Amino acid sequence: MSLLSEQLADGRFVVTAEIAPPKGTNLGQAFDEARKLVGVTAVNITDNQGANMRLSSLALAARLQQSGIETILQLTCRDRNRMALQSDLLGAASFGIENLLLLSGDHSKFGDQPDARPVFDLDSVQLLEMTAGLMAGVDMVGKPLDGAPQFFPGAAANPAAEPFELMFRKVAKKVDSGARFFQTQAVFDRRVLERFSAAMQPLAVPVIAGVLLVRSGKMARFLNDNIPGVQVPGDLVERLDRASDPMAEGVAIARETVSCARELCQGVHLMTLGQEDQIPAILA
Amino acid sequence: MIISELKPLEDLQQALAEFSRLFLVGCAACATACKAGGEEEVFKLQEWLLEQGKDVTGSVIIDEACHLMRASRDLRHYKLAVLEADALVVLACGSGVQAISANVDKRVVGGLNSLFLGNVRRYGHYEEMCSLCGDCILNETAGICPVTTCAKGLLNGPCGGMEDGHCEVDPEIECAWRLIYERLQKQQRQGVFARRVPPKNWSRRRKPGRYRLKNGGR
Repeated sequence: MSLLSEQLADGRFVVTAEIAPPKGTNLGQAFDEARKLVGVTAVNITDNQGANMRLSSLALAARLQQSGIETILQLTCRDRNRMALQSDLLGAASFGIENLLLLSGDHSKFGDQPDARPVFDLDSVQLLEMTAGLMAGVDMVGKPLDGAPQFFPGAAANPAAEPFELMFRKVAKKVDSGARFFQTQAVFDRRVLERFSAAMQPLAVPVIAGVLLVRSGKMARFLNDNIPGVQVPGDLVERLDRASDPMAEGVAIARETVSCARELCQGVHLMTLGQEDQIPAILA
Repeated sequence: MIISELKPLEDLQQALAEFSRLFLVGCAACATACKAGGEEEVFKLQEWLLEQGKDVTGSVIIDEACHLMRASRDLRHYKLAVLEADALVVLACGSGVQAISANVDKRVVGGLNSLFLGNVRRYGHYEEMCSLCGDCILNETAGICPVTTCAKGLLNGPCGGMEDGHCEVDPEIECAWRLIYERLQKQQRQGVFARRVPPKNWSRRRKPGRYRLKNGGR
């Protein structure tokens, strides 16, 4: 059993963070960042995030996992058809990777190879269902596996999405399809988290709230304009703009969200984008 | 109908560089309707070619350029003009271009890019609503196709990029799943939300498509 699944089962407040694989083969920085993550249960390894081509998330997750760092492998439907997804999942299990975050994936349009053909042979619900099948020892067409993988599959949700009911219909489908935990898109507003965790209550699946460290008003505006599903509210953008030390203000904002999450959720997922040294301050 | 558009003139210029005498072919069906390959456009192309110092040996607008037999028959009527030409320039969709190529030994230059199977919003505004996937889910999705109108073709609801009911890929466009959800609500039914939709059967879309009416259509 993964540490993440144990801690969530024990009702402990978990902290996850994320690392992006390098564009290239040099894993030095990724390992350095991973070692800097103190007080973190598991680290997400992003999969060509933002549709930017990087070293494979499976490769980096495997390397980290083998060096004793617990990972959450992110896997999107954008770049692989169902056969590749199944074989990558079996491959992940062979490296001892258990935690998964199964996603549809940002559209190729946003990344550095916008002419690529987006695949989306499966969607995230179908990917979860397929994973449950693999865990039960059968592939997508019902053929038995010689050795079934053990996974702790998670899914993503965007608590701020509107219309909320529509977004939540999909969340419920993900739970039905075997999602055992949720990591959310960055949340900035207590009310958003309240509404989401209230809706999640009857489903009894732990929620790890996304906390994004926004270092400046400029960064907030960039996120709002360029990152799907992320909206930094206007009052926070103003706070960052007015602050004499925007980084400290960003850390303070993140800390406020963490404290909401301690009340309302089962953990936080910290997106510090290269500022991993701020994690102790955010969790303080 | 099939929506198509004229290739960039620089591309055409390059494709036609080695030819001096050309026979022009338009299509009276889709390419005429979307103003890419009808009488008017064939005439404009002829004018442009003359400006480029080319000769035009003749032209024809085929009723449906995609009809292999009809294309053959219509071209036969222009046998001499075709014979005089170094190449044929076809203002029709990719199907049309291939119907012509299949019927002549001469070089055939396609003048259009074929874009999609389009609905007409209003004059000159076309939208793709069906992608001919062979495995139609419209009866469950209140008549709105997520395979086509969701940028990711998702089958179980919106992605995490939906913002205020709009699409992450083009914020001008309403999220297909929001439209489906709202129309199902109006119809007071669950539709596609009543079940987890299984992965799509893409073998229905195996290329190249072939279809024959049963009993020869009788």
